[in-house]
Amino acid sequence: MSTLHLSTGVGGVLARCRAEGRAALIGYLPVGYPSVEGSIEAMVAMVEAGVDIVEVGVPYSDPVMDGPLIQAAAAAALEAGTRVDDVFTATAAVREAGAPPIPMTYWNVVLRRGVERFAADLAAAGGAGLITPDLIPDEAGDWVAASDAHGLDRVFLVAPVSTDERLAVVTAACRGFVYAASTMGVTGVRSAVGGGAAELFARTRAATDLPVCVGLGVSTREQAAEVASYADGVIVGSALVRCLAEARELSEGLDALRSLTAELAAGVRQRHPNT
Amino acid sequence: MSGEYTPGRFGAFGGRYVPEALVPALEELDEARQKAAVDPDFLAELDRLHRTYSGRPSIITEVPRFAGHAGGARIFLKREDLNHTGSHKINNVLAQALLTKRMGKTRVIAETGAGQHGVATATAAALMGLECRIYMGKVDTERQALNVARMRMLGAEVVPVEHGSATLKDAINEALRDWVTNVGTTHYLIGTVTGPHPFPEMVRDFHRIIGVEARAQVLQEAGRLPDAVIACVGGGSNAMGIFHRFIDDEGVRLIGIEAGGEGIESGRHAARFASADPGVLHGAMSYLMQDADGQTVESHSISAGLDYPSVGPEHSFLRDSGRAEYRYATDGAVMEAFELLCRTEGIIPALESAHALAGAIEVGRELGPQALLLVCLSGRGDKDMHTAAAWFGLVEDGKK
Repeated sequence: MSTLHLSTGVGGVLARCRAEGRAALIGYLPVGYPSVEGSIEAMVAMVEAGVDIVEVGVPYSDPVMDGPLIQAAAAAALEAGTRVDDVFTATAAVREAGAPPIPMTYWNVVLRRGVERFAADLAAAGGAGLITPDLIPDEAGDWVAASDAHGLDRVFLVAPVSTDERLAVVTAACRGFVYAASTMGVTGVRSAVGGGAAELFARTRAATDLPVCVGLGVSTREQAAEVASYADGVIVGSALVRCLAEARELSEGLDALRSLTAELAAGVRQRHPNT
Repeated sequence: MSGEYTPGRFGAFGGRYVPEALVPALEELDEARQKAAVDPDFLAELDRLHRTYSGRPSIITEVPRFAGHAGGARIFLKREDLNHTGSHKINNVLAQALLTKRMGKTRVIAETGAGQHGVATATAAALMGLECRIYMGKVDTERQALNVARMRMLGAEVVPVEHGSATLKDAINEALRDWVTNVGTTHYLIGTVTGPHPFPEMVRDFHRIIGVEARAQVLQEAGRLPDAVIACVGGGSNAMGIFHRFIDDEGVRLIGIEAGGEGIESGRHAARFASADPGVLHGAMSYLMQDADGQTVESHSISAGLDYPSVGPEHSFLRDSGRAEYRYATDGAVMEAFELLCRTEGIIPALESAHALAGAIEVGRELGPQALLLVCLSGRGDKDMHTAAAWFGLVEDGKK
């Protein structure tokens, strides 16, 4: 377990990427899929292959923002006995590998442990903060207090339907970055990143000075490059999970994961010709 | 019962634990229903539908032969089973379908457990020309096959949900995913007093007519208020509907009956108040069956409509504040009460409502012959004949 630094958030990495004139690559994988050990190996492999920040997925029984692929992975992880404690183990391993880990979790998992205790455990494991897809700032009083006390980032989501008033409320509550969910709908690979993504980014950019990272549907180098042409970070989930889901054994999945990560990492360094 | 009022909160319960993508739709809905609540045109249209379409006011029926097995108390049933489509669900559905049209949306989606809410929604969609998709757990489509056929007959698309426990909770997950994707055109017509604000409050208000009518009817028939009002509680919409008008009547006990399934110790039940702690599921803070990590635990009940691991947040508030009390009835006690009402009164209740009847037998025996009980008979039992036939061995291949 790493020692607690004054700043363990994602801000440093995002600033470094910006200084390099590129977007950050944020990769999601769920803990416990295909096994706890396998998922940790996979997260470390992603870091080695060029992911800047790891979104550590907390498996949950009722993931209403996730499409079939991630639902199935979470169900398999829970079926195999994955526990919340394993999330902290994975978090520490990612930090050790050199990238900031930021768990993405549905809120009841945090509530059940106790918001303050969860924050303390997360900080002790080297976690950067939390991404909370079903918590809006209006309900986040306890989390704001606990994340302040433990120096953790708070990443809330904005959506294409968010009004300018909501963008102001949500971005004001964020720390680290703002997650722009570019398409209306659940997670999953899409052939085209929603045309509304750039518009949502621009409206969010106007509301905050925080980095704005864009996710939902990115799976290829070209899509990563397209989003990277304007966003501060590109978030990829289902396409990475699919590498593990389609592999017959873990080593094959890790190879596919490294290869896709390298492609995506090249994408975020590429200037899109259309811009 | 004290404490300041926060919109969308019942004490510590309720709230709005949802993806940001749903916030505009929830705010639009909240605004629309508040406007409608004071709009004479909306109220007149809803009243007309109640009188000329669903058959309100529903009657109350005294059941002396049944009551003879319940300590001799006087028992009145509020007959929501006589509504069009066979349960109380139509009250809320007609109102929300009207709101859907007012919001300019053209499509409704809904979850259903027993199929009663799905049938009611498909009915209202047919009546008002709305596109309709119903999500139903695969397990429930099998045990409520007749209702699946009814919904399809009414023109709705029924989608069996196969993942998770393949019951009501998973149907809600899938409906929420649909809503997040299609929120611009679609209204999620939630069928009970759960979900994010404003659903618990709004659905309660649309069912409040049950208690308003019943209170006046009991006063007329019996000359006094009941000692207790008893209703089954899954999500808890019929219970909130009949309870709400009585909340200020301090002498009236409000008693909710949860599904005890195969018994609390078996772990196979849906008695949230007997076993659970507060948590968040489907947008609301309420009592929730969950494990040490906050993962939802699967519930169980012989009645699909009560087979849900959480409960409407206002029930959690009424329970913790002491205004209402909650008990449970096991599958066995429920089937006895079901049979008893059939044999003594010629009324076949829904298995959900039979939980309230089992509760009435228990409460009646405790209070004795001076007691006056009002029981919400939330639905009729036609849909449950397959389950009853198997339980009582009524057909050739049935089993006891």
